[in-house]
Amino acid sequence: MDKLILETKNINKYFHDPVTNQVLNDISFSMKQRDFVSVVGKSGCGKSTLLYILSTMDTDYEGELILDGVSMKGKSDKELSKVRNEKIGFVFQFHYLLPEFSVLQNVMMPGLKLARFETKEIEHDAMEHLKSLGISHLASKRASQISGGEKQRVAIARALINRPLIIMGDEPTGNLDRKNSDIVFDIFHQLAAETGQSLLIVTHDHEFADRTDRIVEMDDGRIVKQ
Amino acid sequence: MQRFLILNISKTLLSARLRQSVIAAVGVTFGITMFITLVSFMTGLNKLLDGLILNRTPHIRLYNEIKASENQPVDLSDEFKNSKNFLRSVKPKERPLEIYNSQAIMRRLKEDNRVLGIAPKVMAQVFFNVGAIDLNGIINGIDVLAENQMFFFGDYVIKGELRDLETVNNSIILGKGAADKMLVDIGDVIQVTTARGERLPLKVVGVFQLGIADIDNVQSYASIQTTQKLLGESNAYITDIHIKLKDLSLAPAMANEFEKLFRVDAIDLQTANAQFETGTNIRNIITYAVSVALLIVAGFGIYNILNMMIYEKMDSIAILKATGFSGQDVKRIFISISLIIGITGGILGLVFGYILSSIISHIPFNTAALPAVETYPVNFNPVYYLIGIVFAIITTYIAGFFPARKASQVDPVEIIRGK
Repeated sequence: MDKLILETKNINKYFHDPVTNQVLNDISFSMKQRDFVSVVGKSGCGKSTLLYILSTMDTDYEGELILDGVSMKGKSDKELSKVRNEKIGFVFQFHYLLPEFSVLQNVMMPGLKLARFETKEIEHDAMEHLKSLGISHLASKRASQISGGEKQRVAIARALINRPLIIMGDEPTGNLDRKNSDIVFDIFHQLAAETGQSLLIVTHDHEFADRTDRIVEMDDGRIVKQ
Repeated sequence: MQRFLILNISKTLLSARLRQSVIAAVGVTFGITMFITLVSFMTGLNKLLDGLILNRTPHIRLYNEIKASENQPVDLSDEFKNSKNFLRSVKPKERPLEIYNSQAIMRRLKEDNRVLGIAPKVMAQVFFNVGAIDLNGIINGIDVLAENQMFFFGDYVIKGELRDLETVNNSIILGKGAADKMLVDIGDVIQVTTARGERLPLKVVGVFQLGIADIDNVQSYASIQTTQKLLGESNAYITDIHIKLKDLSLAPAMANEFEKLFRVDAIDLQTANAQFETGTNIRNIITYAVSVALLIVAGFGIYNILNMMIYEKMDSIAILKATGFSGQDVKRIFISISLIIGITGGILGLVFGYILSSIISHIPFNTAALPAVETYPVNFNPVYYLIGIVFAIITTYIAGFFPARKASQVDPVEIIRGK
């Protein structure tokens, strides 16, 4: 029996600007280890909003979020950063690398912050990840000098560096062509199978979603099918 | 480790915006350079001007003053005993200027460990006979060794040797103004008449210049023995005792104490020269005000650049936060950037400030009033360098604090969603 990684209980969220408007309505769902879940839905259905709450970056909600058995309620900014650093890996639609740093430094950054290992080991790990993603030749290049598909793979390597329990993606293939998005899917698929990490991917791409283990469909702030 | 990581990130962000960072640092450098130069020059000048007075002025002077009798007859009447009386009839009594029991007083003073040293003095009112007219003058009979040690008199002797006062019998060192008027030079003999009519020839062995015309025109120096002989007094005759203390600030209290203890008049430096401290303080205030203004301008420069940097780096801040850096870490990163600018700029400012003040200290500064000074006076006190760098760090910290706080409050969700 794989253990529960992520669980939400009756999450509600409102936007107050310009008028109060409920964007998430009573969201309850859970994810186990090794789960490869995609969240689909129309634009504005609240799927990204849900992801930001799950990622602990957005703290303005009602209900309860339990990550790895620990409730995230009332945790300080510092504690939440530590959770993000240690347990969650992020891949965004836009590549969001630090343009001043090299590819390798970008990948190492969360590892250096966590400081669970020596710098040398982190560097070695980072190189391993880059190698397995087929972009080790870019390690010393500046993040601003590589192509979009490459950037997305660097972002994935960065998400993996601290061996998080769960990897979250916000339209990670939204900005990529077919070929690159297949590469990204294969990487994710392989991860779920090999390392037991869970994956939670918000996407528009139905082809992508169809190939995941489980699809959560959202509409107007509710989960309509899972 | 964490600190190193944060510093590293700061460094990389800084070098990505190198030109602006350099401009910000130049602002700090300029501020600190001007601070160091101004302070060094101003305090150098202050020291010189204070020295003019302080070097030649005893911290406490013991003497007998000519004054009206304190016990006027009207005070003795029962009727007016407790009134404020304005009737005065008893004029100043002839009271010898000599300090009674001066040898014992000097012995006692030498034992006092608050006292750095003492110099006894005999003052004599004289006339210098020049051709048909008499010039007013004062001869200070001094203990040559003590006077030189305590009050650096040797520095002001511009012609001849101070030592000759002791070795040459009946010798005198004249003020430059007096010597010029009398057309005398070293080796000449002048005639001196005392207030009581005694006359003595004295040989000129030197000329001094303090730079204060009133003194240079009137005062002159001879050995104690010569002056005592001139006045026809015994060799215990002393009219003044000049005291130099280890701690100048004790002077007012000690003057009071000595006045009571030795039953003489005592005046301290602070009372005698109240104006010179005022001048020093005002010059210091001006120096600091100008420097603070410069640094505040530099601070605004840093504030602007950091603010701009934060707007440009919103994405990076969001990524850092999303990948596990807390608001506090982000704040530290931007404060580090500010401090790196401040410390680099500040240290360069110290170096340039030192160079600039060295240059100033080599500029010739010849003035007839100050014979001992050849170049502009500059005070190379390390304390000012310390103040300078602390100043730079505080200003840049404050300038960096507000932008850094803003950066720490950036909501990553808003940035990521905003795209």
